[in-house]
Amino acid sequence: MSPTTPPLPDAAVPPPADTGTAPLATGPDENRGQGILREIMSSSWVVTTLAIVLALVISGVLIAAADQEVQDAAVYFFARPADFFSAAWDAVSSAYVALFQGAVFDPTAATFAKAIKPLTETLTVSTPLILAGLGLGIGFRAGLFNIGAQGQIILGAVFAGYIGFTFDLPFPLHLLLAVIGAAIGGGMWAGIAGVLKARTGAHEVIVTIMLNSIAVYLIAYLLTTTPFQNPGSSNPISPPIPESAQYPLLLGDQFRLHAGFIVAILAAVFVWWLMGRSTIGFKWRAVGSNPHAARTAGISVNSAYIWVMVTAGALAGLAGSAQVLGTDKVLTADVAASFGFDAITVALLGRSKPLGTFMAGILFGALRAGGFAMQARTGTPIDIVLVVQSLVVLFIAAPPLVRAVFRLPAPGARRPRTPRSSTKEVAA
Amino acid sequence: MNKIIRVAALSGAVALALAACGSAPEDEATTPSSSAEPSTSASAGAVDYKACMVSDSGGFEDKSFNQSGAEGLDRAGSELGVTVNKVESTAATDFTPNIEQLLADKCNLIIGVGFLLEDPIQAAAVANPDVDFGLVDSSFSDPGATKNDPPVPVTLENGKPLLFNTQEAAFLAGYVAAGTSATGTVATFGGIQIPSVSIFMDGFADGVAQYNKDFSKTVKVLGWNKDQQKGSFTGDFEDQSKGQNIAKGFIDQGADVIMPVAGPVGLGAAAAAKDAGDVMIVGVDADWYNTAPDYKSIVLTSVIKEIGQSVFDTVDQASKGSFSSEPYVGTLENKGIDIAPFHDLDSKVPAEVKTKVEELKQQIISGELKVESPSQN
Repeated sequence: MSPTTPPLPDAAVPPPADTGTAPLATGPDENRGQGILREIMSSSWVVTTLAIVLALVISGVLIAAADQEVQDAAVYFFARPADFFSAAWDAVSSAYVALFQGAVFDPTAATFAKAIKPLTETLTVSTPLILAGLGLGIGFRAGLFNIGAQGQIILGAVFAGYIGFTFDLPFPLHLLLAVIGAAIGGGMWAGIAGVLKARTGAHEVIVTIMLNSIAVYLIAYLLTTTPFQNPGSSNPISPPIPESAQYPLLLGDQFRLHAGFIVAILAAVFVWWLMGRSTIGFKWRAVGSNPHAARTAGISVNSAYIWVMVTAGALAGLAGSAQVLGTDKVLTADVAASFGFDAITVALLGRSKPLGTFMAGILFGALRAGGFAMQARTGTPIDIVLVVQSLVVLFIAAPPLVRAVFRLPAPGARRPRTPRSSTKEVAA
Repeated sequence: MNKIIRVAALSGAVALALAACGSAPEDEATTPSSSAEPSTSASAGAVDYKACMVSDSGGFEDKSFNQSGAEGLDRAGSELGVTVNKVESTAATDFTPNIEQLLADKCNLIIGVGFLLEDPIQAAAVANPDVDFGLVDSSFSDPGATKNDPPVPVTLENGKPLLFNTQEAAFLAGYVAAGTSATGTVATFGGIQIPSVSIFMDGFADGVAQYNKDFSKTVKVLGWNKDQQKGSFTGDFEDQSKGQNIAKGFIDQGADVIMPVAGPVGLGAAAAAKDAGDVMIVGVDADWYNTAPDYKSIVLTSVIKEIGQSVFDTVDQASKGSFSSEPYVGTLENKGIDIAPFHDLDSKVPAEVKTKVEELKQQIISGELKVESPSQN
């Protein structure tokens, strides 16, 4: 196969008659799962944008409902409805203004540096989401629904952290080793799921979920052992990462933005090349489109499964390195926060494409960074921010719902009544 | 059309009926559009002082130390008239951004709840010398000279650690538990093995040992070995069913007094104890007789840790301009820690144990008896 990729053979190749060698899991169920994945990925930008808008509108209702003043005004709604609406408007607008000020630009800040700090915070928070999301996107396009980014981030962080605080090495070398360690840690953890899938047909969803649990308790255990603790302390927190293993700060001491963000950009470019321009990426996409056809075409589906998982895990491991070597500078039990799960949303929202994932990661970083300001300045519960994120997922996962709400036509649907309906639309 | 008119008429009637239900407040002036303000409780004549708090990842409704801290801050808000602002963290990655936001909100005092906030609070305190900081359950330290050296304790001009000699009260609770046990077996377990949890278990085990010494008995402690610093933990502070299972295991091994040091998980243990019939519970953090009234018939005593009071006192001093970086240490002496009364189970505790506990308490207060724990700060 040449590096310049011809269009995928999609459904042109019929499934092979001989399925005797196929792993157990490639049954009709899996094909249906892939169908759903494909539908989510093929939904248009319009639907994605409208899903976000819809999520913000519904969240606005929740913000108003959670606000004390709105609740007070609701008691006498019928006596003076204006109070209720102005309170609701105040609550929602001030919450979203705080969200914007916490995520993008804060005109109320004293200095210019403080005013643009929110934007750099957004980029800092989005770094692990982008990295892990890119990895998950590769898996989704190869037909693997990898839920295991959480565990892979943890393992990446454990490896990066251990190399970081145990060894004494000069600056670029130490950082490089720690970063490579993170990629190996994450890749190895995901590779387990890949090998099990390839060799035994064990479903990757179940295996990766279980590996997440194992990783969570593994790091909790490791942090109770002496090599991972500060000397003379029994707190489950590692020694600090020395400067020689830290990602350098990009904009000076005032900002937390670190070189991990550059790694995320490079990773996005790499994934774009890998999946869009390389032979390997072509094979992986072929496996994702139709494993039977890919096998007939001479592609080793099993080895694709393993290497897709290893690559995805390595990227998630890098996300772990961004946390432990860049943002936190110390290893704790919740180093992965909920990045691994948020990254699933990021990858789906970005329709598994590198640029889309990158933008979706920044959107989620903004929601998170803005959430802090929303909570501190307006008293909006942090849970509401999580609800916004969840609503985005909900609507992304249900394109027909969004299309129904906004009366959009289904993609690819034939329109038998073309002349009449178009005139009707013009009239309306 | 007809239908629309009917619906309109009906809704109009309903609106009129409902309008009679609630009446709008008259004084418009006192309700400015202040929803942009955080959940403040600034009363009239409020002090121009803002006290703020960052939770750890447990959140302010953890029925444990975050909640106690938040209650202390809220009380300071209503009683002292200071403005308060609380922000919750959902993970360790949230600490620094949350502290940043509170700094931007112009807080005069920022209190971090839990040892996990040590580094973020310390960094913020160094960078913002004109803001005061408090830290619950941990003191401040710098990393050692080399990575093999233990951290060096440091004193920050504007940082106040709020610490508790919890082991002293847990010691008395262990003594009572051993003295009240009919089976000669008592038990304890924790949520996660961290110093602020194991300090309870150390004191409890020492108290049982002291009882064995005083009365030449051999009461056994299940779930914790102080020398090895190893024992039973459920692995989180959330899952009550784990608390129930672990307590059942202890009850099967004959334990009849259990001290769960695991926040809400302990309620699972209380449920198991209640099912078993004659098993008693030692509460932690607050007096469970009051905070867990469902189980008041089986609460023998509780190890009380007054985080709320310590937060209140810190805000009180700081808002009056007398903030000091001197650590607050809760002891039996200043009632920062204590054991709760025996309430309904008073008759079950032998009289000689009661006298002895009172004696020991005085000895600890006077410094004659030292109760120590490796988890002590």
